[in-house]
Amino acid sequence: MDLLEYQGKQLFARHGVAIPSGRPATTVEEAVAAADDIGYPCVVKAQVQIGGRGKAGGIKIAADGREAEEHARGILGMDIRGLTVHELWIEQASEIASEYYASVIFDRSAKAPLVMLSTKGGMDIEDVAASDPDAIARLHVDPLLGFQDFHGRRLAFEARVDDDVVRPIGAMLTKLYEVFLSEEATLVEVNPLILTPDREVRALDAKVTLDDNALFRHPENAALRDISAEDPQERMAKERGLTYVKLDGDIGILGNGAGLVMSTLDVVAQAGGAPANFLDAGGGSKAEAITSAVEVILSDPKVKAVLFNIFGGITRCDEVARGLIEAFEKINPEVPFVVRLDGTNDVEGRALLAEANLPNVHTESTMDGAAQRVVELAGVGVRA
Amino acid sequence: MSILVDRDTRLCVSGITGREGTFHSLRNRDYGTQVVGGVTPGKGGQDVDGVPVFNTFHEAVDARGANTAMIFVPPRFAADSILEAEDAGIGLIVAITEGIPAHDELRVYNALRKNGRARLIGPNCPGILSPGKATVGIIPATFFREGNVGVVSRSGTLTYQIGNVIAQQGFGNSTIVGIGGDPVPGTDFIEVIAMFEEDPETELIVMCGEIGGDAEERAADFIAEHVTKPVVAYIAGFTAPPGKTMGHAGAIVSGSHGTAAAKAEALEGKGVQVGRTPTQVAEIAVSLLGAASATR
Repeated sequence: MDLLEYQGKQLFARHGVAIPSGRPATTVEEAVAAADDIGYPCVVKAQVQIGGRGKAGGIKIAADGREAEEHARGILGMDIRGLTVHELWIEQASEIASEYYASVIFDRSAKAPLVMLSTKGGMDIEDVAASDPDAIARLHVDPLLGFQDFHGRRLAFEARVDDDVVRPIGAMLTKLYEVFLSEEATLVEVNPLILTPDREVRALDAKVTLDDNALFRHPENAALRDISAEDPQERMAKERGLTYVKLDGDIGILGNGAGLVMSTLDVVAQAGGAPANFLDAGGGSKAEAITSAVEVILSDPKVKAVLFNIFGGITRCDEVARGLIEAFEKINPEVPFVVRLDGTNDVEGRALLAEANLPNVHTESTMDGAAQRVVELAGVGVRA
Repeated sequence: MSILVDRDTRLCVSGITGREGTFHSLRNRDYGTQVVGGVTPGKGGQDVDGVPVFNTFHEAVDARGANTAMIFVPPRFAADSILEAEDAGIGLIVAITEGIPAHDELRVYNALRKNGRARLIGPNCPGILSPGKATVGIIPATFFREGNVGVVSRSGTLTYQIGNVIAQQGFGNSTIVGIGGDPVPGTDFIEVIAMFEEDPETELIVMCGEIGGDAEERAADFIAEHVTKPVVAYIAGFTAPPGKTMGHAGAIVSGSHGTAAAKAEALEGKGVQVGRTPTQVAEIAVSLLGAASATR
């Protein structure tokens, strides 16, 4: 789960990471009240998970209440590269002497957390890595040992931060590692990490990704939401416990097992089609789960045809067939379905479908054949 | 021959008294695997259809000589269970559990590597099958037969799909290893491919990868330098958009990293044939095997 800047900053504050004081707001009135409270000048910042907010006009400085109102009104509801701004973060303006970069990343390749520090903050770190790799100090931390004070000093010296801030920067890295570890994040990134003219170290931005699998241990984090990034189909699928990812095409896809579904998307694309979604019905799916999944797929109005690709292991093909039959009874879909059932109880599953003789349901015996067929049907645009 | 599991496997299942744990433990036993015990704290002394249940892995090792563990407990208990199995001296731990927190996986991975006593397969994997000998996990064993194709995969159902096409052509498998779809697998492609290279029964290796991470790229380098047997690869997720997790926690394209195209290119650059569809992978494998048996 990716957090919004202000959600990340609120996590930071809990762990003693210094941030400029600020408050979230969802209306112009709230924004002005927050700004009056914080004092001027302050910054009105759009809360969307996308880079380039400043360039898009989503970050503005307000010198007084009139400007705060004007900026809040302008930014709320603004579209920033496809995302609508629903929330603002009103923050005390900071004086900046230097801009650094700091991050803790779950490095799956090294199987260890990677801590990075650079004095080249405020710009895209991937650009810095490409143009001036020596400007980034990096260090892998043994997860059994944790982040030690010497790690912080070493990074600070290697990144050549100003001498007088070696210790405070080291202390900041210790706190960021603490956020990473105790909140079970896979990414904690601060860009820029600033030095104020009176040599204070502060996190001016916060990019935090939390591990979804660990949210059961962090109920307060599990409740955090980002309305702007939520897709209605994805939200519906999540509520039903399905693994669904919305895509841009018009062919609905249902399969069992993440690898097989990914592969199905590829085979459909190779056949000239465009998948509308990724949906993994999971292992051992029962009929109700299949019915529920069909509803999610068809709630996307772009879907012109649906492909079921099942290779039954734990999943039983007769259960899948029953689920499809129930879905037809319940919602009577208007688009054609292509069904490929193989594996456990495939004969029974195919027999059930033949017996039900559902309108507009076509069975295919291979994955490749099924992909061809569904692409043809979607192309014809049958919407009976 | 085969790798990892065979007739000497003595399996102990953590979570054997749960619904899924019972079902799959007994299926493994029905296939021929020696299921010597189960572990459920507080239920020691009971049995599951004749399989004795112990309170700890240590008891199961002492009483029944368990040498392989299968982890079937819910995510919040899984890391602890893996560490207990290792502490009890079990050498092979197969973790089926899906959804283990990433930081738990990191801690377990590093602890096991540091001690160097146990190999972990998974988590979030379908297990290991050596057809005709033993199965540990949830792979539907009836679709596979004994043979000389070794398969290593990050995905379960995709493995069944490819394995089934190969089986329809009359070829079988030495061992099928599901290494799992999580970001920190206990065992990676390279280690399994190295085992297949050493296994006299295995004549061809099929590797099923997917988007995310760099395990396939590193495997490509290893294959070029150390593997003499033919390897055929498949990569799932060419159409996956960046930033979206495709079902498996590990299957995510981050920026320009971990794309299927980059992986296929890395493998092909090292001389590994990459099938564009599961069917094509099976066809390449079958043609290589056919050529090998014709020259005998």
